[in-house]
Amino acid sequence: MIQHLVDGILVGSILSLGAIGLTMAMHMLRFANFSHAELLSIGAYCALVFDGVFKAIYAPLAAAIGPLSLTWALALAIVISMGITGGSAILIDRLVFRRVRAKGGELSMVFASFGVAMIIRNVLGLMFGLQVQLYSKDIVFAVVLSQDPFLLVKPDQIFSLVAALIIMFVFHLVLSRTTFGYSLRAVAENPELAQVSGISLIRMITLIWIIGGGLAAAAGVFYGLTNQVNPVLGRDLLLPIFAATIVGGIGSIYGAALGGFLVGIASNLALLILPSGYSPAMPFLIIIVVLILRPTGLFGEERH
Amino acid sequence: MIGLISYLVFFSTVAAILSIAVLGLNLQWGNSGLFNGGVVAFFGAGAYGTLILGGTSQAGHLGGYELFYPLALLGGMAAAGLMAWIVGLLTIRLRHDYLAISTFGVAVAFENLMRNAEGLAGGAQGLRGFERPLHAWLGDGFIYNACFLVFVLVLLIATYKFLEVLIRSPFGRLLRAIREDETAARSLGKDSARIRLTSLIIGSVIIGLSGGLYATFYAFISPQDVLPILTFQIWAMLIVGGAGNNRGAVAGAFLIWAAWTASGWGLSRFAPLEMQLYTGSIQFILIGLVIVGMLLWRPQGLFPEKLVVSQSGRPKSEINRE
Repeated sequence: MIQHLVDGILVGSILSLGAIGLTMAMHMLRFANFSHAELLSIGAYCALVFDGVFKAIYAPLAAAIGPLSLTWALALAIVISMGITGGSAILIDRLVFRRVRAKGGELSMVFASFGVAMIIRNVLGLMFGLQVQLYSKDIVFAVVLSQDPFLLVKPDQIFSLVAALIIMFVFHLVLSRTTFGYSLRAVAENPELAQVSGISLIRMITLIWIIGGGLAAAAGVFYGLTNQVNPVLGRDLLLPIFAATIVGGIGSIYGAALGGFLVGIASNLALLILPSGYSPAMPFLIIIVVLILRPTGLFGEERH
Repeated sequence: MIGLISYLVFFSTVAAILSIAVLGLNLQWGNSGLFNGGVVAFFGAGAYGTLILGGTSQAGHLGGYELFYPLALLGGMAAAGLMAWIVGLLTIRLRHDYLAISTFGVAVAFENLMRNAEGLAGGAQGLRGFERPLHAWLGDGFIYNACFLVFVLVLLIATYKFLEVLIRSPFGRLLRAIREDETAARSLGKDSARIRLTSLIIGSVIIGLSGGLYATFYAFISPQDVLPILTFQIWAMLIVGGAGNNRGAVAGAFLIWAAWTASGWGLSRFAPLEMQLYTGSIQFILIGLVIVGMLLWRPQGLFPEKLVVSQSGRPKSEINRE
């Protein structure tokens, strides 16, 4: 029971990072972006490549940090990967979404995002192979945190959770303490009025893609670190991340953060009753429950 | 020669079955602006429903009611409609993203359920033990396939005619009115949520019919047949053909299915051995490029919807004079 709860929190932090970026893009651009989860894959593979590059350039970087399987090289690679993934998100927007947007039709964007997801996923498969990859081949043993209740946690999982919480806290500070944060919330609240006050919508959209891409990259690497990296990573996390945005209420950043944890915990607790084969369907059940009980989610607003 | 003809029959049967699904999607997306992200779930509901109701009894799982075939097919269609009704009821009043995400979720959950619930539909091994209708009279060979093609074509034409009548009816006009401007339609006292829900259900029932025919044709269905790629293929057919135009939808279905099978054949034949594992990926990239490319350069499709003026503003006598 406690084990499931803890596992849920650990997975939840990854979902939260993914959901924050998704909910921002969905709110601002008014479309369900089915390619968002592929940014997690891009981030995970990007870190894999730069991890190798850094190790090759400077061998001491290959040393693991403390009890983690995370190496210094990978830690650096995460930062680079966040930047590159943010850049890819902008590139995708310029190449596809912005042009489809210009032609009108919010729903065409949803189609386009499905197509983009399909292309990214399979190009990654072609580039890196369909097999599973790991950041580290060293076996890191889980640590027994307590005997009663029995609780096993890997050091990498603790690192991912703490790092995700720090990233979210920093983002919270940016949102609540900086002019950029105010502009972002202003645009989310009322795009026309924000533009009248001299906020550039195009610049805001670019920033949202950078932040969303960066957070997704971190989520992808943390997922790869605690599980594994494969080309269908994004596909598998897509529905849980969507569920997190719906639980939080589409458009609510804090809702998405909380929603990620709730989806993670609920999916893991459900394993107490259901066989594990059903876990891919769990996010859908959560979506249905939320739509029945409170369609606007935790912090969502009524908007059609 | 006979090989070629029997292949053409086989190809046309599958393409015609998929055309029916594209027609159903066209009602939802082309005429009502409803985004169905889980076409395959409704297709699968029709397929599984038909086989469970019409199959011979199997050990270990539900099914084997050996219903009269048309009833089994109708049952499959009803299952698809029921699923659409539940999803629609929950999401149709919300922002359109909710319908997109929920239908996508239904597809994931449906495939997952069919794969795991062995007691329900045989799990990963799929459903067997279905006797194709009139099997005893027509045998198993070419004659049967040719007759089945005729049967599918008749249903395709019937679906086409039904939809043409439907979209020309006041109901069809209402659908397009809501698609173009929901607020305006509501200001005229139209219950837009109910109309959209009706359209979602009718479209899904048609997609269910397609699934039922598909399962009948192969006399077998497994979770492998209800993977998300089918949703993409059916969309690509609609987008290429031209959303809103039923003839375009059918043409798109044949075109994309031809391109898909040809690319699969070409890749398996000419791709180097070490690349064979990746031919699926290449095909998926191609279909992704088709979808994105069409949206970028020709969003109206190859055969665009003809916008019609339902009723001219001028008095009738003036029109009659022309």
